[in-house]
Amino acid sequence: MRIELEKRAEHSQLMTFLSPLVAIGLTLVCGSVLFATMGYNPLDALYAYFIEPLTTSWSIEELLVKAGPLVLIAVGLSVCFLSNSWNIGAEGQFTMGALAGSMIPVLFHEYTGAMALPLMVLMGILGGMAWGAIPAFLKVRFGTNEILTSLMLVYVAQYILDFLVRGPWRDPDGFNFPESRIFDAAHVLPKIGEGRLHIGMIFAVIAVVVVWWMLTRTLKGFEIKVMGETPRAGRFAGFSSNGVVWFGFLVSGGLAGLAGMAEVSGSIEQLTPIISPGYGFTAIIVAFLGRLNPIGILFAGLLLGLSYIGGESAQVSLGLTDKITRVFQGMLLFFVLACDTLILYKFKFVSSAKRLKETAHV
Amino acid sequence: MFDLSMIEAVLLTIITASTPLLLAAIGELVVERSGVLNLGVEGMMIVGAVIGFAATQATGSPTFGIIAALAAGIAMSLLFGFLTLNLMANQVATGLALTILGLGLSGMIGEAFIGQPGISLEPIAIPVLSSIPFIGPLLFNQDLLVYTSYGLVLAVYLVLFKSRTGLIIRAVGDNHASAHSLGYSVIKVRYLAVMFGGACSGLAGAYLSLIYTPQWVEGMTAGRGWIALALVVFASWRPARVLIGAYLFGAVSILQFHAQAAGIALPTQFMSALPYLATIIVLIMISRNKTLAKVNTPACLGKPFVPDR
Repeated sequence: MRIELEKRAEHSQLMTFLSPLVAIGLTLVCGSVLFATMGYNPLDALYAYFIEPLTTSWSIEELLVKAGPLVLIAVGLSVCFLSNSWNIGAEGQFTMGALAGSMIPVLFHEYTGAMALPLMVLMGILGGMAWGAIPAFLKVRFGTNEILTSLMLVYVAQYILDFLVRGPWRDPDGFNFPESRIFDAAHVLPKIGEGRLHIGMIFAVIAVVVVWWMLTRTLKGFEIKVMGETPRAGRFAGFSSNGVVWFGFLVSGGLAGLAGMAEVSGSIEQLTPIISPGYGFTAIIVAFLGRLNPIGILFAGLLLGLSYIGGESAQVSLGLTDKITRVFQGMLLFFVLACDTLILYKFKFVSSAKRLKETAHV
Repeated sequence: MFDLSMIEAVLLTIITASTPLLLAAIGELVVERSGVLNLGVEGMMIVGAVIGFAATQATGSPTFGIIAALAAGIAMSLLFGFLTLNLMANQVATGLALTILGLGLSGMIGEAFIGQPGISLEPIAIPVLSSIPFIGPLLFNQDLLVYTSYGLVLAVYLVLFKSRTGLIIRAVGDNHASAHSLGYSVIKVRYLAVMFGGACSGLAGAYLSLIYTPQWVEGMTAGRGWIALALVVFASWRPARVLIGAYLFGAVSILQFHAQAAGIALPTQFMSALPYLATIIVLIMISRNKTLAKVNTPACLGKPFVPDR
């Protein structure tokens, strides 16, 4: 007997909803095995990882702080991935957005007028867009592979940040620490409530709604999906393949830039050599787990946000290494991709005898 | 200003910097020739690095470490193979997943080894030849992996372009439907190619943690897996050009240390970013020549094969 894949006539609606849940389930099972081999009680570890953070209001707030940038970046990436462009350099666009958004608080810190924050938001978006425009331009103009160029630019962006915070942008009163000056209160995003939660999460929710509306209710959204699935048909309809590449990279770059600006201005309140725990890469997982659907991405962002907080919580309560967070994230993406097979194909169990008969008929 | 021994020292560092790139790229070249795009080179490489280091620490033998790294690379590549070849998952996304998983796993496994001094693989001097002045120490007093990298380039060239096996691999990469009709097992050929790529990436990782800097540093591949992928494009899928490309990139990446020594006052960050910028520039130059890219790109690169009965 053997198992074969048979293509479904159309996408399975049921599996479209179920496959991310199956993937999460499989990740938890594998995670338990991993915990057990490391000598921890799997149930204790899973509790510390996924439940404990949800029991205090402090950590729920922290979860939202982490989910904000993930959702913002992933929503932009979904536009790009749907049109079949592969922007995997969101981490770099995030960094450049953070740098551009920090120009006012670092270079013009005396300016504390009412327009400071709106200008910073705008510059963050433009900074991310500019960095995303490079791979888009190279792909459209020369046909250069956007996967490799966008990724290479991540390293370049990180070196620019490193150079600035250790050199020209270093805090003159900072005892030579590689940090920029601490942002003036006028340059810090407003907080929601008493804790660390800032309005970056609201940016994310707005982005979800706008992109969802754009994808489902406008011609542009239709164009993106057609060009992603059947570019030939799209060209007959008069859609421009270059236009879609530009659109995808500018939207994803802009949103990643906004996320970077919000992280620096809302959470860190200064520039440091490392401003992201890999949000730009984790957002790729968020985008796929959310099935490239903005609403799905909102939930996926919360789950991946939880994986960051869970890692810290398990480190504190059980002494588990927080490196396990990245392992969880990687496993999750693997299982998501594997389970997506169920949407397009169904498993068929074929006995050897029957198979022999079938071939005989042919 | 420059004397011979200084040139020799520079060339030696270039060989060290180039070998991991060459090893990973020559493996990926075979994978892509069979029509599969495995973007997980970085992930396989770093798992190879940490496993190679761990096995060396455990047994005291770098040779055993190399074998373990090779096996780890193959194990990672089998994960990729199962998803893309059996489950028809998207190759780009699966490659990314492999990289994310590899970086995570290596960080977790390697945590125990941070700061431990490693055991370096000793060079093997080839008798007589290694005593030739200048050339001897450069070419004939290297370690096992450097010799392996040269051997692999030659072997891959011979197999791909001078043997029947190579013809089958290229047929599968250029037109999987025809290869299938002729009775070749597309999936099997691709599995073997993917495993070869995994083994090479594992070796490249072992080179980093056993020779380049004999210790474990988290994220020590630093994008070399991605540069290796770019090298395959740069080489337009030709083994000899991979060799040239890897040495060119090795030279660029080592430039920063020599520039500092020569007193060139550029920010260090700029010099560190140079290999990545060079990669982008090289990719632009290659893709500008549309015919060159078209002629050599395996026609089925990245396309899943669903056998139809």
